[in-house]
Formats: sequence, structure tokens, C-alpha cells
Amino acid sequence: MKPAPFKYIAASSLDHALALKAEYGDDARFLAGGQSLVPAMNFRLSQPPVLIDVNPLDECAGITRSEGGEIHVGALTRYRELERAGDFLRLCPLFADALPHIAHPQIRNRGTIGGNLAHADPASELPAIAVAMEARMRLRSSAGQREIAASEFFIGPLTTDIAANEMLVDIVFPSPKPRSGTCFLEIARRRGDFALAGVAAAVTLDEEQRCTDARLALCGVGETPVDASHAASLLIGRRCTRDAIDAVASEVGNTIAPSGNVHASPDYQRHIAVVLTKRALDMAHTRVGHGA
Amino acid sequence: MEPDLHDIELSVNGTTYRRSVESRMLLSDFLRHELHLAGTHVGCEHGVCGACTVLLDGHPIRSCLMLAVQTNAQEISTVEGLSADGGKLHPVQQAMHDHHGLQCGYCTPGILMTMTAFLRENTAPSEDEVREALSGNLCRCTGYQNIVDAMLAAAETMRASMP
Repeated sequence: MKPAPFKYIAASSLDHALALKAEYGDDARFLAGGQSLVPAMNFRLSQPPVLIDVNPLDECAGITRSEGGEIHVGALTRYRELERAGDFLRLCPLFADALPHIAHPQIRNRGTIGGNLAHADPASELPAIAVAMEARMRLRSSAGQREIAASEFFIGPLTTDIAANEMLVDIVFPSPKPRSGTCFLEIARRRGDFALAGVAAAVTLDEEQRCTDARLALCGVGETPVDASHAASLLIGRRCTRDAIDAVASEVGNTIAPSGNVHASPDYQRHIAVVLTKRALDMAHTRVGHGA
Repeated sequence: MEPDLHDIELSVNGTTYRRSVESRMLLSDFLRHELHLAGTHVGCEHGVCGACTVLLDGHPIRSCLMLAVQTNAQEISTVEGLSADGGKLHPVQQAMHDHHGLQCGYCTPGILMTMTAFLRENTAPSEDEVREALSGNLCRCTGYQNIVDAMLAAAETMRASMP
């Protein structure tokens, strides 16, 4: 058999899952969609002594909107459901751009948003989008709950701030700002492959078309999703002209430090990141007011 | 370490099976070794090639990335269930035959399971949509063109037979 032996426990409720995690700590892994964990177990790169299957926890799946307009996505919500949730995609259009890039239909039928974010692959699309959208991660343990900003959640490759007794249960996205536009773009060798570089951009304009807010985050070019909003802030108070966007892109190129991989040298990754930054900001700016 | 055994009951192609499985047994190995349904092929065993694609409650999934123990009380469909009525090929199988959509045939069961589910959801796909739907299934023989042709033809056949 491919994976090393482990003890399997199907959680019967969120409280049950949290009690088990409190009991087993780092010896236990949560099994959500399994689309990253099970391959790692098949290679025996990961050999957790205990697997807590959270798939039975229907209470942790689904999309809701709070009275204040924030969008709450349960950690067990599968990509498949996100792809088909029209209202959600209109509120969070970065997902509409990014979901088709995430692996393949068979993977998207199983993989979950919470599993993706907790796995924290630096080449993955959703961590960068969570950072660009200033999402908050809601973590639960049998001792209580806390929230942490996406920008502080990802602390290294495949490493997050989740403690040994905690579970990511909910991701909270702020209500979209009026007069905003967003765009996610990436380049991969083949459809569904890991991104060589990807860019999530969001801009908000005032009545005079001047930028009042700009967010930028990249995937695939660092050890975590890279928050490049300091570069995007060069746009604030200005119109999104070609020169203004080029200045942001060049700042992004100066600040990222991609490590390169078998498919792309660091210079090539940087080049792609600069080009995609220009295109994504341009498209985000074009989409302002179009509700796209 | 004692094997971690669990009793499961699941439906595969409409037949109910009860088995005791070790928790680390993959669904792909369970189908092939325990149920002797060897039509589900195993290629990469880490979710890349698509050969092991089966349907879980009607949706295509990688059976090498799911544990057999997780399928308790679930419904699985495999390639063996496609042509159930008297051996007549499913329109997608017939189109693969007509258009020479396979050579060695190793990837074919996964492609059939992926595409029968896709064509149920999208009855009139464009060529681009067919290629996108096929993107998670590797074929090293055909160059895909004949598979794409077969799927467009199968979609037409299935539309014609719709009530």
C-alpha cells in the first residue's frame, strides 16, 4: 500500500474534530479534500500517525454573507462549489479569474478552500488572493477561537500560523468596495500546472478616476504569497496611466526574489511577474464600474 | 502496529459491497484488488495522470487521492458500469471507437469517466471546453485530437437521443 500506516478517525462534529486535535496535536493531520495531503502521503513525504477526516462536517462548508456585507466561506467549501456560486463570484471576482487555473476538474471536485490555504503552497493562487483581498482566517480550537489577517497567516513554504490544536474553519472576505476592479493572471507551463508566477490586483478609483486604494499580491515568486501592496500604493492619488502602472511593475520587479525552479530561471520568473503586474493592473482598472 | 481496520459499505455501479479495509488503502487499490474491478487504471498514484478517475456521487475524482474508508455510504461509478444495458457501448465509448480515440488504451477508462460526467453537465460543448475538460487526463499515444473529435461527436449523439 502506498501511504504509511495511520489511525483514521472520521470526525462526527466540529467539537469532536477539535477535541481530537487537542488530544493528538502535531501527530494528527486534518484530512479535507486530500488533494495535496494524500499525494504527499502516497510518496511517504508525509506520514501522519493520525488522520482526522473532517469531510463529514457539513457545518464547515458553504458561503454566507454577514449583515455588514462580509463574505464568509467555510473551510470545507470545495472549489467545485465556489466555481458554481454566481453571487460569490460577482462579489469576489478574483476567484472567477483564478479557479480555472487551479489544477483540473477532478481535483476541483474534491479540493477545499481551507485545505488549500492551510497547505500554504507558495505557488498556489488562493493564498495570494486572500492576501490581496485582505481576508481574515478564523481559527478554532477546543480552547476558543481567533482571527488572523491573511498577510500574517502565511509564514513560510507550507507553513502557517495555525497552532497544533487549531483548525482553520472560516475565511472572511471584506465586502467589495464601490468603484473597484480586480484581475488575477498567471502563467504556467501547462493548464492546471503550478504557476511560474501569478498576480492578483485590485484598484479602487474616485469620481475623477484617481486611484484611492490599490492591492497587489503575487504567487510563485517567494516562499509565501508576496504582498506587493507597497508597490501598488505608488498609484494612490494618480490616474492608472501606462506610466503609473509601469512604475508599479518595475517596483515589483525590484522587490521580489524568486528562487527559480526546473521550469524557469529567477530572471524569467521576475520578467513574467513584471509583465503580469502590468496586465493585471490594466485589466483591473478597465473593469472598474463594469461589475466584472 | 496492528492494521487500522474499518468496516465500510458502499455502492459501486449500483451494487452494494461490504468490506473491512485498512485505513491506508486507496480507493483505486480497493476497486482493483478487493472488488476485482480492474477497469480503473492506476498510473501515477499521485493525482496527476487521471487514469484512475471514477465518479463519486456523479462527479469525477481521482481514486488514488481518496481513501477507501472515506467512501463509506457513498456511491461510486467506474468504467465497468458504463455499458450496463446488454453490453451496448455508451455513446462516449462508441465515439471513441469510431474516431480511433485510443491506441494503448491505458488512459481510456479515466477519460471515459471524466467525459461522460462532463457531457451530462455540458450537452453542447465547444472544442475549447472539451479540451479544458480533458486537461486533467494524460494520454501519451493519441495527441488528443481524435479524443476531442470523439467527444464532439458523442455530444451530438447524446443530444440527438435526448427526449
